[in-house]
Amino acid sequence: MPINYYIILAVALFSIGVAGVLTRRNAIIIFMCVELMLNAVNLLLVAFSKMHYNNVAAFNPFASIGTDAQVFVFFIMVVAAAEVSVGLAIIVMMYRNIHSVDVNFLNRLKH
Amino acid sequence: MIALLLILIPLIGGIGLFFVKGEKAAKSLSMFIAAANLGLMITALVTKADTAMHFDAAWLPQLGSSFALKMDGMSLILCLLTTLAYPVIFISTSNNQYKSPHSFYGLMLLAQAGILGVFVAADGLLFYFFWELALIPVYFLCSKWGGERRIAVTFKFFIYTFVGSLLMLVGLLYLYFQTPDLSFALQALYDVKLTTAQQSWLFWLFFIAFAVKMPVFPFHTWQPDAYEESPTAVTMVLSALMVKMGLFAVVRWLIPLFPAAAIQFDNVVIGLSVIGMVYASILAMQQDDIKRLVAYSSIAHIGLMSAALFVNNQSGLEGAIIQFFSHGVNVLGMWIVVDLIEQQFGTRKMSELGGIAQKAPVLTIMLVIVALANVALPLTNAFIGEFLMFNGLFQFNMWYAAAGGLSIILSAVYTLKMIQKVFYGESNATTAGAIDIGWMPKIGLSVIVVAIFIMGVFPKPVFALMNDTVTTVLGIYK
Amino acid sequence: MKSIIDYVYLVPLFPLIGFLINGLGRKQLSKSLSGMIGSGMVLASFVVSALIFNATRAEGDPITVRLFDFIQAGNLNIPFEFLVDRLSALFLMIITGVGFLIHLYSTAYMHEEEPHHFARYFAYLNLFVFSMLLLVLGANYLIMFIGWEGVGLCSYLLIGYWFKNKDYGNAARKAFVMNRIGDLGFLLGLFFIIQQFGSLTYGEVFSQAATMSSGATILTIITLLLFVGATGKSAQIPLYTWLPDAMAGPTPVSALIHAATMVTAGIYMIARSNILYTLAPVSQTVVAVIGLATAILAATIAIKQNDIKKVLAYSTVSQLGYMFLGLGVGAYTGAVFHVMTHAFFKALLFLGAGSVIHAMHHEQDIRKMGGLAKKLPITHITFLIGCIAIAGIPPFSGFFSKDEILIHAYGTNPLLYWIGLGGALLTAFYMFRLYAMTFKGSFRGTHEQEHHLHESPWQMTLPLIVLAFLAAVAGFVGIPELFAHDAHKLEHYLGPVFAESYKVQEAHQIDHSTEYMLLGVSITAILIAIVFAWTRYSKKPETGDATGFGKTLANKWYVDELYEAIISKPLNGLGAISNKFIEKSGIDGIVNGTGKTIQWGSRQLRLLQSGQVGTYVLWMVLGILLFFVLIIFI
Repeated sequence: MPINYYIILAVALFSIGVAGVLTRRNAIIIFMCVELMLNAVNLLLVAFSKMHYNNVAAFNPFASIGTDAQVFVFFIMVVAAAEVSVGLAIIVMMYRNIHSVDVNFLNRLKH
Repeated sequence: MIALLLILIPLIGGIGLFFVKGEKAAKSLSMFIAAANLGLMITALVTKADTAMHFDAAWLPQLGSSFALKMDGMSLILCLLTTLAYPVIFISTSNNQYKSPHSFYGLMLLAQAGILGVFVAADGLLFYFFWELALIPVYFLCSKWGGERRIAVTFKFFIYTFVGSLLMLVGLLYLYFQTPDLSFALQALYDVKLTTAQQSWLFWLFFIAFAVKMPVFPFHTWQPDAYEESPTAVTMVLSALMVKMGLFAVVRWLIPLFPAAAIQFDNVVIGLSVIGMVYASILAMQQDDIKRLVAYSSIAHIGLMSAALFVNNQSGLEGAIIQFFSHGVNVLGMWIVVDLIEQQFGTRKMSELGGIAQKAPVLTIMLVIVALANVALPLTNAFIGEFLMFNGLFQFNMWYAAAGGLSIILSAVYTLKMIQKVFYGESNATTAGAIDIGWMPKIGLSVIVVAIFIMGVFPKPVFALMNDTVTTVLGIYK
Repeated sequence: MKSIIDYVYLVPLFPLIGFLINGLGRKQLSKSLSGMIGSGMVLASFVVSALIFNATRAEGDPITVRLFDFIQAGNLNIPFEFLVDRLSALFLMIITGVGFLIHLYSTAYMHEEEPHHFARYFAYLNLFVFSMLLLVLGANYLIMFIGWEGVGLCSYLLIGYWFKNKDYGNAARKAFVMNRIGDLGFLLGLFFIIQQFGSLTYGEVFSQAATMSSGATILTIITLLLFVGATGKSAQIPLYTWLPDAMAGPTPVSALIHAATMVTAGIYMIARSNILYTLAPVSQTVVAVIGLATAILAATIAIKQNDIKKVLAYSTVSQLGYMFLGLGVGAYTGAVFHVMTHAFFKALLFLGAGSVIHAMHHEQDIRKMGGLAKKLPITHITFLIGCIAIAGIPPFSGFFSKDEILIHAYGTNPLLYWIGLGGALLTAFYMFRLYAMTFKGSFRGTHEQEHHLHESPWQMTLPLIVLAFLAAVAGFVGIPELFAHDAHKLEHYLGPVFAESYKVQEAHQIDHSTEYMLLGVSITAILIAIVFAWTRYSKKPETGDATGFGKTLANKWYVDELYEAIISKPLNGLGAISNKFIEKSGIDGIVNGTGKTIQWGSRQLRLLQSGQVGTYVLWMVLGILLFFVLIIFI
C-alpha cells in the first residue's frame, strides 16, 4: 500500500488526539487522547520502516534497514506505559482532594 | 594617573562614608574628601603633565575595552567645575540636617565619582559604564530624602533617562561591531567609516539619549518635577553637573562620531533648542515655586548651549564650552539661595514670601549678583558665553538668533519678578523673623560671586584651556 | 613719553573704588564719610578728565589705550581698550562734572536715610558713573555694550532704591525690561557688524565702512538695529514709557541718570557711529522722524501733568527727541551741543525740583504749591534760568543748541522745522506753566507745609548756582555763522570726529536772511507762549483733574494701557496655556501616556496567565505549529 495512506491515517489519528487534549475536560479522556497521539506516531514509524525495507528488499532480502524504527516503537510504548502510571496516580490524588476529574479546577498556577 | 585618582578618591571615600557614624564626622569627612579632590584637580591644571592626563589599563580585553582615561581641555574645565562645585555645595548646605547623613554624603560622593568618570572616559564601554553609574546614587538620593511626590517622580526620571541610555547602548554596540578589530577605544570609534544613512539613525539614537539628559525640548518634562522633588543639594548636582554630562557627550562623542549627520540634522536640533529656550522662558514666568522657576530657566540656558554646539563655527563652540563652566557656577549659586530660603522659611512659593531684603541684606546682595549673572549681564561670566553663542547662532542663521534673543528679554522679566516678590516689598508673617545667612553659606556664595566676576572680566585662561578640543572638533567637521 | 591720556583708566577706576568701599563697608562708614568718599572719587575723575580734555584740545587724533585681551574666538578679537578722542573727552567732562555736582547735592538731599542705606545709595551712584564712563571710553562696541547694560542695571538699582515700596519696584523692573528689549536690537546690530566687518573696534569698522557706497542695505540694517537699542536707552517711541515711571527714584537719581547721562547714551552711540548713519540715509530719516514724533508726543503729555517730576521727565523725553532729530538731519555737532546744554539745564531743573520737594516735605503735586518765590529765592532764580534756557531764549544756552538743530532740519526739509518749532512752543508753554504754578501766585498747600518752607542747605544750592551759570553761558561755545564768523568753537573742537561724515554729506546752505527770519519768528512765538503761560497759570492755576481732551493727555494717550493689552496680557495668557495644557496634557501627557500604555499592555498580557493548564497546552501546540511552518517555508 502506498505510504501516503499510512501518513494520512497517522496524521488523522494524531489530530484527533490533539483536538481531544485541547478540548476535553475529563482528565482520563485527555489521557486516552495522549495515548492516541503516541500510537499514531508508532503507526507512522512502523509504516516507514516497512517502506524503507521494501525499497531495499529487491536486492537484499536480509537487509536490516528500518529496524531502528521498530526498536524505537518499543521505547515509545515503554514511555507511554510509564507516563500513564504516573499520570493516573496524579489523577487519583486529584480526585481524592476535589472529588472531580475536571481539569478546569487546576488553575492554582495563577496565584 | 591623576585622572584615575580623581575618580577613585570620591569612590572609595563614598563607600567608606557608609560606615561612618555620627553626623559631624560624616560632614567633616565628606568636606575633606571633596576638598582633597579639588586640590588634586588644581595640581593637574597647574602641572598639566602628560602622565597626569592619561591613564590606560587593561579591563575587559576579551571585549576590546580598556580602562582608558584622557583629560583634554574641555575635560579639564568640566572636571574643575565638578571638583569645585562639591566643596561649595557641602559648605553651603552644611547647616542642613539629613537623616542617616552618612548614606547621604556617601551617595553624593559616589555620584561625583560617576560624573568625573564620564568626563574623562576615553573608551566607549567605560563611558557608558560611568554614564549609568552617575545615575544610580542620584536615584537613591532623590527617593529617600526627597519631597512628597518623590517616588513617582524619581521613578519617571530614572526610567526616562535609562530608556534614552539604552538607545545609546544599541548605537554604541553597532558602532563597536563596525570597528576593524572590535575595540571600544575612543580613537577606534572615531575612525569608523560610516555611510550617511548609517550615520543618520545612529545620530538619533545617541542624540535622544543626550537630549533626555540635558534636557532639550521636548524631552524635558521630567526635569521640573525631578528638580522640585529632590533635596536641593541633589538638585545642585543634577543641574550644575549632570546636565553637563549630556552637553559634554555631544562634543566628545556625538559630533566627532557622526559629523555628516550633525550637519544634516543641524536645523532640526537647533530649531528644537531655540523653541525650548523661548518656551521654557515663557513657562518660567508662570511659576510660583522658585525651584520650578529656576528649573525652567535652566532649560532655557541649556537650550542655548545645545543650539550653539551644532552651529559649526568657532564662536558658537567656544561660547558653549565656556558657558558649561559659567552656567554651572551660576545655577549653583541660584540653588544655594533657594536652599537657604527653603531652610529658613519652610516655603518655596513666591506668593508666600517677601521683604527678606530688610532683614537679610547679605543674602539679598548675593542673590542679586547671581541672578544678574543668570540674566547674562556684561562683566559677569555668563555674558561672555552668551555673547559668543549668540554670535555663532547668528552666523548660522540670523532668525534663530533673533528668536532665541527673546529669551534674553524674558529671562530679565522672570528673574526680576522673582527678586522683587521674594526679597523686596513688605515682609509678611512668614518672613518677619528673617535672619541673615551664617558664615558657612557666606563663604560658599562668596566663592561663586568671585568666580562670576573673575571669569567675567578675564576669561582668557579658559579660552586657552579649551583650544585643543575646539581645534579637534572643528577639524573633524571638515 | 607718557601723557595724561595713558592714565585714562584712572577715570573709571576712581568711581569703581568708591563703589567697592561704600558697598562693602556700608555698615562701618558714617554718613559724612561715605558721602565724602562717593563725591570725592567723582571729583578725582573730573580732575583727570579735565586734564585729558586739555590734552585733546592740542591733539585731535584719537588715541587708543589698551588694557588687556578680553575675548578671542578665532578671527574675532575684542580687547579691553579705551579710545580717547575729542568726543569721549567732552562726554567725560559732562559726566564727571555734572556727576560731581549731583553727588554733592545728594549728601544733603538724602540725609534722612540711615547710614548703611546712605552708603548703599552712594555705592550705586558711583557704580553708575563707572558704567557710564566705560560706555563713552570704550574703543569697541563691546565695551560700550558693557557700559550700556551697566547703566541699565544701575538705573534698576537706583529707581528701586526704596525697595519696600512695590510700585517703585515695578517701575524699576519696567525700566530694566524695556531697556533689555532695546538691547536685543543692539546685540543683533553688533552681530551684523561682526559678520560684515569682522571686528567690533571702532577704527576698523569705520575705516571699512567709509569705503562702502551710500545706501548699502547692510548699513541700513545695522544702523536701524543699533537705533532700536537707542530707543530703549534714550526713551524714544516706542520704548519710552519707562522714563516717566522712573521718577519713583530719588530726585538726584532722576537728575543724573535720566537727564544728564544715561539717556544720552543713545545719542553718544549714534554720534560715535556717525559715518555708518551718514551712509544710510533711510536710517537717518527714520531717526529724525521718530525723534520729532517723540518730541511732540512727550510735549503734549507734559502740558497736563501735575507732578513736578513727571513734567520734567516728559520734558527730557521731548528734548531727547530733538537730539535725535539733530542726528537724523546730519547735525551731529548740534546734537552733541544740545546734549551738553541739556545736561546743564535739565540737571538744574531736576535739582531745583528736588529742592522744592525737600522744602515742601516730599510733596510733589504742583497743584498744591504756589508762591514759593519768596521763600526759596536761590531755587527760584536758578529754576527760572533753567526754564528760560530750555525754552530757547537767547542768550541762554538752549537757544543756541536747539536752533542749530532746527536750522539744519530746515535745510533738509522745512516741514521738520515747522513741526519742531511747534514742539518748542509747547516746551516753553509747559515749562512756564510749571514755573508759574510752583513759584508764582499764592500758596495752595497746607498750613503745616507753609511753616516748614525754607531754602535748602549750601550743598544743594551751590550745585544749583553752578549749573545755572553753565546753563546761561554754555551757549557761547557754539555761536553760529550767522552772528560771528568762525566762532563755533564746539564745531572746531569736534571737527575730526565728524570729518568723514561731513565729506559725504551735502551741505545745506541757507542764506542768512532766511535764517534771520526764522530766528525772529521762533523767538517771538516762544516769547508769546511764555507770557501766555506765565500770566494764565499765575492767576488761574489748575487745581482739579483734567477733563475732556486734557484727560487723554493727562493719561499719557493711554499708551501704557495699550502695551499692557497687546504685550503683557497675551504673553501671560500664552504662558498660562502652555503651563496648563501644552506642558501637562501635551508633552508630559505623551510621556506619561507611554508609561500608561505599557502598563495597560502588561495588564492585558497578564491575563494569559490564567492558570488554566488547558490554555497553556493550546499555546504550546500553536507555537509548535508556527515553528514548523517557519522551518518549512523559510
